[in-house]
Amino acid sequence: MDYATLLQILDSTLRLATPLLLACLAGLFSERSGIFDIGLEGKMLMAAMCTGAVAAMTGQVWLGVLAGIVGSMLFAVVHGLASITFRGNQLISGVALNFVASGITVLIAQSLFRQGGRTPPLSGDARFNPIELPFAETLSNLPVIGPFYSEVLSGHTALVYIGLLCVPLTWWVLYRSRFGLRLRAVGENPASVDTAGISVVRLRYTAVIITGILCGLAGAYMAAGLQAGFGKEMTAGRGYIALAALIFAKWRPWYALMATLLFGFFQALALRPDVIAKTLHFAIPVPALDALPYILTVIVLAGFVGRAIPPRAGGEPYVKER
Amino acid sequence: MTRLPRWADVVLVPLISLLLAGIISALVILAIGQSPTEALKTMVIGAVGSPYAWGYTLYYATSFIFTGLAVTVAFHASLFNIGGEGQAQLGGLGVALVCLSLPWPHWTLALPAAMIGAALFGAAWAAIPAYLQARRGSHIVITTIMFNYIGAALIIYMLVNVLRPAGQMDPATARFPEGTKLPTLHEIPGLNLIFDKQVPANVTLFVALVACWLVWLLLWRTRLGYEIRAFGKSEKAAIYAGISPVRITMIAMLISGALAGLMSINNVMGESERLLQNSAEGAGFIGIAVALMGRNHPVGVLLAAILFGFLFQGGAELGLWTSIPIELRTVVQGLVILFTGALDHMVRMLLGLFVAPRRTEVA
Repeated sequence: MDYATLLQILDSTLRLATPLLLACLAGLFSERSGIFDIGLEGKMLMAAMCTGAVAAMTGQVWLGVLAGIVGSMLFAVVHGLASITFRGNQLISGVALNFVASGITVLIAQSLFRQGGRTPPLSGDARFNPIELPFAETLSNLPVIGPFYSEVLSGHTALVYIGLLCVPLTWWVLYRSRFGLRLRAVGENPASVDTAGISVVRLRYTAVIITGILCGLAGAYMAAGLQAGFGKEMTAGRGYIALAALIFAKWRPWYALMATLLFGFFQALALRPDVIAKTLHFAIPVPALDALPYILTVIVLAGFVGRAIPPRAGGEPYVKER
Repeated sequence: MTRLPRWADVVLVPLISLLLAGIISALVILAIGQSPTEALKTMVIGAVGSPYAWGYTLYYATSFIFTGLAVTVAFHASLFNIGGEGQAQLGGLGVALVCLSLPWPHWTLALPAAMIGAALFGAAWAAIPAYLQARRGSHIVITTIMFNYIGAALIIYMLVNVLRPAGQMDPATARFPEGTKLPTLHEIPGLNLIFDKQVPANVTLFVALVACWLVWLLLWRTRLGYEIRAFGKSEKAAIYAGISPVRITMIAMLISGALAGLMSINNVMGESERLLQNSAEGAGFIGIAVALMGRNHPVGVLLAAILFGFLFQGGAELGLWTSIPIELRTVVQGLVILFTGALDHMVRMLLGLFVAPRRTEVA
């Protein structure tokens, strides 16, 4: 593999990792507060549809993003109602909402546009356009680092950079802010948080809504960044890969970045089977590459490579003592 | 917390959940500018209006009985098996390997062999998540989801690189030999008086009914079933009573996986007569809804499976004859799961307003 090919693959790694990263950080907030969320997939899908539809109708990509966030938050609130207020089974709620999202997105898109459940193709201002980082042109002549800067880091859409910025931000919120301390506490031992006079319900709803916003961004990027418009089941299991990345990262933000970049790298490689064949001198079947993130996650879950311990109170509804 | 009388809990909670799901679906249909009554009429005519329609509804119901029972058995051990989809697809691989391995002379010989293949492959696909849950403490929900995707990738690899006959373009196995063809309801003497046209429902329906009875027998009339239920109710008490958590987790999941795998007798051997990509078509997931709706009892599962068969066939008819997309059935499926599985406390609270509740304090 020559340097130019490597740069191409790293470039698509960053593009493909972004929705995973945003969804993974989304899941991180929810699960750290003690609410399991396997509904990341559904929220992303809903956001992608809302973004695709509104961006197509208004021609404004940011209005689309806003609509995406609203759509995703709607599902987040239902998940919150089921798992916080009505103390239902969080796993079942997540599964259910994924099905609802999978169906309803097609229903709405079809009734709005009558194009077989897709939204019209986006172009121009209705889509995210690449941003050239400063000095990308001038620095590109530097050996090794120059092309890396101009080819891989520069020239992505706004949400890629927002996603990357979310990592230190999440770290800061989680480990350096009062809210983050409480959030981590409520995921480990809600009773102690309650005893300290802080509302468990409010904390968890806040976390679930943050999850909704981040999933909204992830879906918006799918529809208006990675592709140009919404299509049926376009998230194609990315919500579950993000979930896998979250476990792989052991519920920590910087590790989440690395896990999603790794899984993004696999996806980028799966798009270029020719490169693998040339580099390794034997062909790895594409399905094997597709399955790799899931296999790695199972290995991590099995505790063979370090132990992945979820937040202690995860999945259990909190019942106040009487 | 509201405690309802038992009959209300068993009958009313699923019915109210279904009603709520129906109301929301009707609102969705209204919102996209269609008529809910027209939609319902189309569904009823297309799914139960004629023997031909019943032939399709029962065909889908057969698959859902198996996957519903699979989820039920795991639920009784308080394990949530979301991997039915992957287990059913692997079961299909087992069926395909059995059917293609020998020139079967007659279906009565091929069926038991294929059932063993389906059950073995389905159980094998559940075995790893079960082992990881029992021994390494990894969460079964996450691992079974992962195994759905790994299974799908494995099937694609097998179909494209191994099982595809030379010269064929689409990723599928060769057609099964004539001797493996299962009789459909139209071809069974006696029943062909009712089913006068070729329908996909086949003898697997009777296997599914037997499976319902066997699962009931297992859960409520055997020592193993008692152990599974005791373990599901309280792990600590079960351990105190000398029940091994590892053993029960493994056995419950193996039975669950085998049942999910067995559904592929219906669709792979009975209908498509070769293994295709994505053969389970979501039936593994519908098993979750069927088990929840059927209150984890084989009789309930049977009724819920017929209901979802109706929904599945009716939804397909909607896609054909109206401008309501076929995806409506996914929405209804999701809503039923949501109301019966996650918002059941809400439904109980609603019911508690009408049915004389027995108030008990639950700490």
